[in-house]
Amino acid sequence: MASPSPKSPEQNEKSKQYDRQLRLWGDHGQSALENGHICLINATALGTEILKSIVLPGVGAITIVDENITSDEDFGCNFFLETSSKGLNRGSETLRLLLELNDAVQGHSVQEPPDQILKDNPDFFKSFNTVIATSLNEKLIKDLSQHLWDLNIPFILCRSVGFLGSFRIQFKEHAIIETHPDNERVDLRLDVPFPILSQYFDSINISTLDLKDHGHIPWIVILYKAVQQWQITNPDRWPMSRKEKNEIKEIIQQYIRIDENGVPITEENFEEAKRAVNTALLPTFLPVKIQDLIYSSAAINLTKDSSAFWIMCSALRGFVEAEGKGKLPVTGVLPDMTASTEHYVKLQNIYRCQAAADAEIVYRKVQQIVSQLQCDTMSDTEVKLFCRHAHDLHLIKGSNIALEYQPGGPVASYIARHLEEPDVMMVHYILLRAADMFRSEHCRAPGEWEPESDIAKLKNCVSKILTDVSCSPFPKDDHIHEMCRYGGAEIHSVSAFLGGCVAHEAIKLVTNQYNPVNNTFVYDGASTNSATFTF
Amino acid sequence: MASGEIENSDYQQKRWHNIRKLLERSGPFCHPDFEPSAEILDYIMNSCKVLIVGAGGLGCELLKDLALMGFKKLHVVDMDTIELSNLNRQFLFRKNDIGLSKAKCAVEFVNKRIPGCEAIAHHCPIQDLDDGFYRQFHIVVCGLDSIVARRWLNGMLMSLLQYNDDRSLDQSSVIPLVDGGTEGFKGNARVILPGMSACIECTLDLYPPQKTFPLCTIANTPRLPEHCVEYVKVLQWCKENPWGPNTGLDGDDPQHVAWVHEKAQERAMKYGIANVTYQLTQGVLKNIIPAVASTNAAIAAACATEVFKLASSCCANMNNYMVLNMSDGVYSYTFSAEKRLECVACSNTTRVLEIEPDATLQVIYDKLCEDNGYLMKSPGITTVINGRNKTLYMASIKSIEEKTKDNLKRRITELGLYNGVDLLVADVTTPNTITIKLKFSDSIDIDMSR
Ligand SMILES: [Zn+2]
Repeated sequence: MASPSPKSPEQNEKSKQYDRQLRLWGDHGQSALENGHICLINATALGTEILKSIVLPGVGAITIVDENITSDEDFGCNFFLETSSKGLNRGSETLRLLLELNDAVQGHSVQEPPDQILKDNPDFFKSFNTVIATSLNEKLIKDLSQHLWDLNIPFILCRSVGFLGSFRIQFKEHAIIETHPDNERVDLRLDVPFPILSQYFDSINISTLDLKDHGHIPWIVILYKAVQQWQITNPDRWPMSRKEKNEIKEIIQQYIRIDENGVPITEENFEEAKRAVNTALLPTFLPVKIQDLIYSSAAINLTKDSSAFWIMCSALRGFVEAEGKGKLPVTGVLPDMTASTEHYVKLQNIYRCQAAADAEIVYRKVQQIVSQLQCDTMSDTEVKLFCRHAHDLHLIKGSNIALEYQPGGPVASYIARHLEEPDVMMVHYILLRAADMFRSEHCRAPGEWEPESDIAKLKNCVSKILTDVSCSPFPKDDHIHEMCRYGGAEIHSVSAFLGGCVAHEAIKLVTNQYNPVNNTFVYDGASTNSATFTF
Repeated sequence: MASGEIENSDYQQKRWHNIRKLLERSGPFCHPDFEPSAEILDYIMNSCKVLIVGAGGLGCELLKDLALMGFKKLHVVDMDTIELSNLNRQFLFRKNDIGLSKAKCAVEFVNKRIPGCEAIAHHCPIQDLDDGFYRQFHIVVCGLDSIVARRWLNGMLMSLLQYNDDRSLDQSSVIPLVDGGTEGFKGNARVILPGMSACIECTLDLYPPQKTFPLCTIANTPRLPEHCVEYVKVLQWCKENPWGPNTGLDGDDPQHVAWVHEKAQERAMKYGIANVTYQLTQGVLKNIIPAVASTNAAIAAACATEVFKLASSCCANMNNYMVLNMSDGVYSYTFSAEKRLECVACSNTTRVLEIEPDATLQVIYDKLCEDNGYLMKSPGITTVINGRNKTLYMASIKSIEEKTKDNLKRRITELGLYNGVDLLVADVTTPNTITIKLKFSDSIDIDMSR
């Protein structure tokens, strides 16, 4: 049979391949990812599991830094090594097998030790969007994290030992425009309707509508009219208290028509209006968080090196102070509600038009700033997106990993507070750090050969850390014993769990979408427990 | 398997040193029953049979995870074939594999990569395999995206339970089920000990209800792009039959999707609705759930860790349900889902349905579909009256549906049903026929022991 060949084009191959993830971060998120270059230091099982979930969704490029030769143990827990890899460089072998996952990804392998690179070629790390490292000893952790802090390159430090694992994200600051909150607050402006919205509200008279139209007007209109009526007896006020909100519900109840037998006719839109009273009457306001952002010194004292985010924040401040009259640009999003197509589409267009007009003003302000500073310009799409999400912008101020090693500082007392609680997840963190220190001192993992004999040595490392944070020693040795039992073993499923999480965080950093962990995640596979600490 | 590769015994190979530290050393947090020994890895490798249900996003990860944790006797069942849109996360497949069996491809890849792994593929629906098949496994781990299939599998494992004469559970009939699920950046992993802890049916309320659009909205007052697509799917397709009356709408056929897209756009244009894209059209037609490699990796790994704990008893399992949310930071939370005493699948008691004596069969049918304890899709109801089987209603077979549909309007007493009668109910959500005793709400004495 002749096929009714449709005119609309099919998706291209790439959007088909990435369809399931494009629904999460969009085409612009995907193109940010495709421009990303991630560096991994040490292709352990954890390292390759991280890269796997970054290569599959299509990162631009990866570079693996690894001077190690593949051992039997590596091959036993790392999926991206095969029998023939034994005796060969671990980085180049894993790279080869990782790149098979996605032919769009570029890859490089560097066989120099990372401390050598730090010494000989410190600019090496400049070209990456994020550097991820696994299995580092304490000395290298300190040197590398300081270097990447100075270069302003985001860094994720990862550990996986036995059932335990952790990752720590270090950056100076990270701004997220699209945070994708689970429950986004709707921005309806019922208390401060803009002119075209007021005109629309005024054009409707609930009492003169015919019955069909009566059941088809959006609840927003009903609620607005009810408040207007309430304001006749409560001039210049806005219903805030529970009692006042109940009065609004009563007014809405009066709007409901009754049939010839005096029975109220149930109309879904009026039911929706009553349900919305509690949430939709919240007055429009400038969230404190956003106020702090636009009045922070980074947004006020712009330079030509200021990031696009701060330039847009500055333009946003200009809008709030002038045209916005203290409010943010309209988001332009109308939730679904019972209504006739005509009413709904009209109302939707009203919000959209206002959002476009507000964004246009912000865009003009951005252009002014850009030409004053003589820096790179931004597209109007970028500014539109920024305005659409202006209510939920999020900025994370990062901290230097070095602070965790500083005796007596604020991080030390934060750690001490959690240890005193006592928070077992913080105990795990201390043990993971003690194991790093052990490796620096003894060039092997605690318990690698034999668990019992290393208990005293590891206890020594733990004591040093506890002294630095001014905490008394642990009452029992059980966690120290457990760490020695692990003997530095990397357990595949624990690494695979952390690998998924770290890949996810790296994608968040590269795409600038969704809030990343701030800033340390600790996982215990034995108890299926996890915690986030902010150092 | 190449025999020359094996040095001593396979479990003594150097490559398993990492795992062996956990299994051959004792630790202060080990389960009290745990006796460290080299035999545990021998058991994991050479005796412990694990069934992996699904070879998709979770299944590929599970197969790799378990093979690298020492498991060799792995079976994988999946009826699907590989599609391009799987490749962003189902890492055992390549573009050349498109169209091939997921189970077979996954097994072939892992057996080749990991020497000694003896995984076996079953390219068929889970419903094609019988109780004898399922009974051979020590542990079942499930990474399905369909709730109905998950419920069916749960029902199968529950039906394998045996009870002693004193009605206590025969522990040897218990096959633990580890279940994982993901949706976008969120997921969950759980451990079910059939007959002992909460099963899938016990916690049906944890699944979000499916989003549906009222027909009158679709037909008369469309507002969203989804409404326009639904209109074409539900009403316009069967009216126009673009590929002839015998061709149903197939969300996997790009030509069909393109046709629906175009028609939905026309409708949207007429109503002034924006944003009917190809991607959205396909999403609505196939009820697509967003999916990404990282979430699948984390959830599958959490499940694999639990399978390892079950097989080795090296530490206690999670109790018993973990939720993971990676959309705002990374957050996990483990809680104990509660077993429901009157659960259709896992309780060893008679199920009773209370009903007004003058109710119609429709009332029973609706209860089976809507009541939180059942939530069936299309229950077929039969009974035995005076020793003879009687089909009251069955929708799954068209000829029987036509013969029995009038019964729905009739009162149950007219149909010969009485207080205390047993109804036999079959549904796609379970492999078993469920016996439900009717209890008329006005009667007090009813012998429930029958
Ligand atoms: Zn149950």
